[in-house]
Amino acid sequence: MADAKRARISTPHVVIRGVTKRFQADDGDIDALARIDVSIDQGEFVCLIGASGCGKSTLLRIIAGFEEPTSGEVLVAGKPVTGPGSDRGMVFQDYALFPWMTVRQNIGFGPRQRRLSRPEIEEVADEFVKLVGLEHAANRYPGQLSGGMKQRVAIARVLANDANILLMDEPFGALDALTREQLQHELLQIWARSRVTILFVTHSVEEAALLADRVLVMSAGPGRIASDIRIDLPRPRDVSSPEFNAVRRDLARGLTSHVAPSRNPETVG
Amino acid sequence: MSEQVTALPEAAEQPAVEGDAPAAVRRRRRLLARVRAFALGAGFPILLILLWDRAVAMTGTRLVPSPRDVAIMMYDFAFGGVYDDAFSATILTHVWKSMTRVYGGFFLAALIGVPLGLMVGRIAWLRHLLDPTINLLRPIPVTAWLPLSMIFFGLGPNAAIFLVFLGAFYPILLNTIFGVRSVDTRLFEAAAMLGCTGSAMFRQVVFPASLPSIFNGLRIAHGFAWILIVVGEMTGVPSGLGSVIMDGRTLSRTDLVVTGMIVIGVCGFVTDRIIVKLGNRLLQWSPQHHG
Repeated sequence: MADAKRARISTPHVVIRGVTKRFQADDGDIDALARIDVSIDQGEFVCLIGASGCGKSTLLRIIAGFEEPTSGEVLVAGKPVTGPGSDRGMVFQDYALFPWMTVRQNIGFGPRQRRLSRPEIEEVADEFVKLVGLEHAANRYPGQLSGGMKQRVAIARVLANDANILLMDEPFGALDALTREQLQHELLQIWARSRVTILFVTHSVEEAALLADRVLVMSAGPGRIASDIRIDLPRPRDVSSPEFNAVRRDLARGLTSHVAPSRNPETVG
Repeated sequence: MSEQVTALPEAAEQPAVEGDAPAAVRRRRRLLARVRAFALGAGFPILLILLWDRAVAMTGTRLVPSPRDVAIMMYDFAFGGVYDDAFSATILTHVWKSMTRVYGGFFLAALIGVPLGLMVGRIAWLRHLLDPTINLLRPIPVTAWLPLSMIFFGLGPNAAIFLVFLGAFYPILLNTIFGVRSVDTRLFEAAAMLGCTGSAMFRQVVFPASLPSIFNGLRIAHGFAWILIVVGEMTGVPSGLGSVIMDGRTLSRTDLVVTGMIVIGVCGFVTDRIIVKLGNRLLQWSPQHHG
């Protein structure tokens, strides 16, 4: 159902145009990204996948506005990115919750910055506390939460701030397998309901195959997009089906063809 | 301090699994542990006083007062009726005067040190501007400022406040800077992305995030402030616990000196407990502050 709605919207939500990134280091400069050109449609779920050091996190941070590209530009809804903004919500692997605020206060932080009245902030916070199923923990501090709960708060925090692009940097990488599966499932539900655009960095082929409409496979040295693979499997996806396995194999092959040749393809992913 | 239980989510989701009896046992055990800790903590000073008493009796010295002499002096200092001299029943005046100087200097140091530390910690050019100067001035002992402070502020309470301020300022400033510098930069990024900028960033993120470290600084500074009150009140002020000790010295009344020392110790101890309690309350969220 979400697919039909997305197809009608034609202007790309995020346009990355000729973006390069060069870091200055003591022993010479390092090219992290070599000319990235991508456009992403409204409501698309895009996974960025690649070996570590391929610049996938750097690209995400450039879109978030935390880093400036060395050349090129990023357009979001037609406007160039000049810094962090509440339209793009970053979800970090290590959560980055405010430890001195309760779950409800963390989620209400964005609305508070927009100078909503106190009852309005409470209302928004309660709505998103409920969205991620944390009613019973609303008044706890992050230090008293499990990893999965923390990441739910982080997702709710950016959604409560009306972000329509979620930038997720290996958000489930630190969670145990069971919690990860549950959160992947919840994320897909939230995405289907809210139709936000999601850019999701991962190093897991399985995760990309499960979540994405489209997978950008990146290769390192310097980072560039090696292949752009569309996944047309219906949702919910059955991870044990032959079709799913075929997609996973394709992704793994796309990934390994760009890393060192000595590496055995079967061990990746 | 044990009011705040850091319940792990697993533990909190299944409350009251144990019945009443184990809870009662646990409460009794906790009470017992607390009584024992108190007995140990109070027992040691009592042991020291006994040793002091024995040492004075055995050596027969007239230069060091016995605990009994000090107790009598303390009674007279508090209620009068024993010696009826200039120091009888004056304890409250002296404590009050010293407190105004201790807290005058301390709050002045906090008022300047905390905001300055937040800014130095966060703003690179300000750090480059001030860091060398701070580290140049910091090793200078507060007592070395005594002559200059008497020239600047004359013989009076202001010189004492200035010295307390100097002693309290550096721990507050340095711990605040350290606190800001050790905050995970992702928190600032997260705040910026949620629309928090400028002074709101300082108020809502930089300050609370560094609060645990700021509190450590305040506690250390508060201790220094009480230490420095004697030095501060050496500058010739007529009242205050430091001046009582200096008077005792010139009058060769060691019982008065020791009395003054004990009162300062007790004041410092009680106020430190208050600061710790306050810190525990404000920093409930911080895993390091459940002590």
